[in-house]
Amino acid sequence: MTQELTEVSNPGETTGSSATLWLGAVILIGLVILGWLSFVVTEADIELEDTVRIMYVHVPVAIMGYAMFTICGIGSAMVLWKGSQWWDHVAGAAGEIGVVFGSLTLATGMIWGRPTWGTYWEWGDVRLVTALMLVLLYVGYLSLRSTTGVTGEPSRAAAVVGLLSVCMIPVVSRSVEWWDDRTLHQEATVTKLDPDIDGLMLFTLVFGIVIFMLIGAWLLIHRFRVAHLETELELYGVALAVEQRIAETTDVEAALSVAGNDRKDES
Amino acid sequence: MSHVGYIVAAWALTLGVLALYSVTILRRGRKLSSEVPPARRRWMSTDNADHV
Repeated sequence: MTQELTEVSNPGETTGSSATLWLGAVILIGLVILGWLSFVVTEADIELEDTVRIMYVHVPVAIMGYAMFTICGIGSAMVLWKGSQWWDHVAGAAGEIGVVFGSLTLATGMIWGRPTWGTYWEWGDVRLVTALMLVLLYVGYLSLRSTTGVTGEPSRAAAVVGLLSVCMIPVVSRSVEWWDDRTLHQEATVTKLDPDIDGLMLFTLVFGIVIFMLIGAWLLIHRFRVAHLETELELYGVALAVEQRIAETTDVEAALSVAGNDRKDES
Repeated sequence: MSHVGYIVAAWALTLGVLALYSVTILRRGRKLSSEVPPARRRWMSTDNADHV
């Protein structure tokens, strides 16, 4: 992954490479297969009926949200430890993608909640509220990144927030067990050794998780490169301005020197 | 199939948002790539992997 993040075949044109092109093709084919498995092959659930088909996107995006926030936390820790610009780009990219996946988790969960629980949102539900808090924490992290720090230098204040916010992930994940009387949400089904789920449904769910992991990797590679480009463009602008200033100063000094010589000649 | 509207909404929202986000990133990357001089694209090669 480290090599893939920094290597492209056509650096002059896009942030893509032959590897990301192939990855994108695999993702598209995988999504078609996931749709076929979800809507044609698998049966409706006895309790959840056909709404179980929402699970095949809801659970993968939730897992990818956790994964991206964790990567953001690791990147933030590396920024604080080494002051690395590379890790700062990784953290920023993962944080942004995590917010996208986290928001999709909330949205698909709300859509699923209406036919199963009879409500889109319940403020007293610990899983829903903690999941919202997690997303908002990383929205704050992204805001802090954009308002603090110097061009070309990672924002340590944002890194602290990115690192501390990771602590919220286990709270969200375990909230259904810690406060089981204060949530409508079911307990985890795939993390148990003996999942309470039909074999074909489990296969479809795991397949969906794999495909969304590939989507997350593809997005991370491209977003990382965009972050690098943005920083380099800003630094280039600063370097140009400094060069212009030096050129202006040199011109003025030359003009003053000529004027001084003229005065000497006249005297 | 029951609750078709909710199921389609969840799938369409997920795939639609991810597609839109992907296109946005690709377009930003393409635009930035054209603005940054080749000499400053050192981050695009493995020569600079020691930044990690």
